[in-house]
Amino acid sequence: MREYKPSEPRPTLFVNARLVCPATGRDETGSLLVDGGAIAELGPDVPPAGRADVVDCRGAVLAPGLIDLGAFMGEPGAEHRETIETASLAAAAGGVTTIVARPDTTPPVDAPEIVDYLKRRARDTASVHVHPMAALTKGIAGVEMTEISLLLEAGAVAFTDGPRSIANARLMRRAMTYARDFGALICCHTEDADLIAGGAMNDGEFASRLGLPGRHKAAEALVLERDVRLALLTGARYHAGLVTCAESLEVVARAKQGGAAVTCGTSIAHLTLNENDVGEYRTFFKLAPPLRHEDDRRALVQALADGVIDVVCSAHDPQDVETKRRPFAEAEDGAIGLETMLAAGLRLVHSGDVPLPKLLAAMSTRPAELLGLPGGALTVGAPADLIVFDPDAPWVLDAQSLKSKSKNTPFDQARFQGRVLRTVVAGRTVYAYG
Amino acid sequence: MTPEPNPPFAFPHRHLLGIAGLSPTDIEGLLASAEKAVALSRQVEKKKATLRGRTQINLFFEASTRTQSSFEIAGKRLGADVMNMSVASSSLKKGETVLDTAATLNAMRPDIIVVRHHAAGAVALLAQKVDCSVVNAGDGAHEHPTQALLDALTIKRSKGRIAGLKVAICGDVLHSRVARSNIILLNALGAEVRVVAPSTLLPDGVERLGVSAFRNMHDGLDGVDVVMMLRLQLERMHGSYVPSVKEYFARFGLDAAKLAHAKPDAVVMHPGPMNRGVEIASEVADGPRSLIRDQVEMGVAVRMAVLEALARHLPNA
Repeated sequence: MREYKPSEPRPTLFVNARLVCPATGRDETGSLLVDGGAIAELGPDVPPAGRADVVDCRGAVLAPGLIDLGAFMGEPGAEHRETIETASLAAAAGGVTTIVARPDTTPPVDAPEIVDYLKRRARDTASVHVHPMAALTKGIAGVEMTEISLLLEAGAVAFTDGPRSIANARLMRRAMTYARDFGALICCHTEDADLIAGGAMNDGEFASRLGLPGRHKAAEALVLERDVRLALLTGARYHAGLVTCAESLEVVARAKQGGAAVTCGTSIAHLTLNENDVGEYRTFFKLAPPLRHEDDRRALVQALADGVIDVVCSAHDPQDVETKRRPFAEAEDGAIGLETMLAAGLRLVHSGDVPLPKLLAAMSTRPAELLGLPGGALTVGAPADLIVFDPDAPWVLDAQSLKSKSKNTPFDQARFQGRVLRTVVAGRTVYAYG
Repeated sequence: MTPEPNPPFAFPHRHLLGIAGLSPTDIEGLLASAEKAVALSRQVEKKKATLRGRTQINLFFEASTRTQSSFEIAGKRLGADVMNMSVASSSLKKGETVLDTAATLNAMRPDIIVVRHHAAGAVALLAQKVDCSVVNAGDGAHEHPTQALLDALTIKRSKGRIAGLKVAICGDVLHSRVARSNIILLNALGAEVRVVAPSTLLPDGVERLGVSAFRNMHDGLDGVDVVMMLRLQLERMHGSYVPSVKEYFARFGLDAAKLAHAKPDAVVMHPGPMNRGVEIASEVADGPRSLIRDQVEMGVAVRMAVLEALARHLPNA
């Protein structure tokens, strides 16, 4: 059964809110009226509406709900790790109102029928919006492109082979050429599979001390460089889903200057943690790409502030305990992140490195633009996908209290400043703190 | 059978290697001559003596049924002794072997060799090594001049003209010699040529060949007089150039709904053999606007016209 109780979509007036809209630059105290699932009115002088419910935000931030580009949701095939329902509960608790689901499931989302199935499952079990991405190649085998236009028609919002890079450059070129005709967005993980084979953590001094095989950042920049050149050649819209090192940022910055339709994202973990957090072989810090050197992390933070990084995502990847409770090199990659992405992201705001609107833009406005989804803005007529959060409230994360079915968070017992108080999807409150 | 008087125009070439290099006068002359061949072919007595005593070899390095038989009938109607030679391409080692074959055949003193080869440029290479006339019956993705001529004749007989018509060539332009020859010919005669295909099936810089390129059938067929469909080879259907037959047919297969964007009197053509349900729906292929069977008839006539035109350059002609 569902844990949340969806409220009736009655008109709701949010008062005493700090309205922060990363799309328009609005940052002021005021009210916001939601009616019919959309934003009806907002500003400092919204008159009290008689029949509307009133929510007093007590000075908390009211912002567009987060749009998470690329979470693993477990269905179909890995329901023991996560389900659409549990992922959406975690999302709601974390302020995420739209999840963009990864297609590397079992079976993979490589046919229009599976997109349709997922949309139906989401309609029936999810408390937030769920948009499937589809595989770029059939079976995620990296050999033949999928039915891109039929998948788009079925509702796929982007194309990716999940954690696998496309090894074959000719296939990549053809898929990008074909995708461009239909305006499809291609998202890619960029790590050369042969170069990183067997690697367990970032290649460097720390890996050498731990005696772990390295996974060099050059493997990332290498594939990214190739993809960027193909994007320039084909004119395709290309998004590097997880860039994690300074070299990759240079490649992306150059591509943007050259006029390529190239964007990039990184995960909240790569922005806030580094390879040293692996410590004594802690497998919850084993990610793909791996956590990098502190210099790379700093470069990522700077790139987020500069706008080179477009998107910050959760890289939500639930793993059950048995696949993590292994020797480091044998443990699965991945960490959950839906529920902590905002709180962890606020660390960068509190440290003065990234302004709040910039962080929120990377978590809502920019993904909405890339995917062609409504949302990511506080404007009249925009969908009422909203979050209310206190950016200063201190708290300590207890992994066992997380709503995700898997608890593999790298932030267990972490001290956060900033917490989600309320999450609203299409005008309905789907999460309220306390 | 008495020798025919000279054809009414002077075809200035020894070989027919492509449409490129032909002047509009050459093309018009061949089409006019082909018109006469159509009439001849509809008589009970279909024979002429233009090529009597001549030897025509159909040398096909790539399997073909319709083109080869069309050339065979054309040659026989003109009185030539026609020999078909099919050389399985798998047994060849290309390059040198083509030249070896050419030298061997040349020693048999043929008058005309009709050649199809899977490699672009191979027919021209062979033409350099023989003393007789050579007709290109298709070389790789380069040219297929008699197909373009028969298409032009078909259009002209249906529409009364070619100049000013809008012609959409749809499908696998990238690998198509039919498309390349047609683009050159139709441009030479003043038609407006478009290509319609996913970008994966269009050659780089296709616009420079004198066409406007469209990536969807709706816009590409809008207001056209002629829709020419191209064959999609099986090995290109499944994920390499296009994702699947299903998606290709949904987006680029010619059915009644897509044809509705063309002019109400637009005609439909296909060089054959057709993949029904891949690039063309049966309702269209067999419909009242289809000229596909006319194309086959025009094929014989055009090949007769070409053989006749070349015969004038043969020794002792």
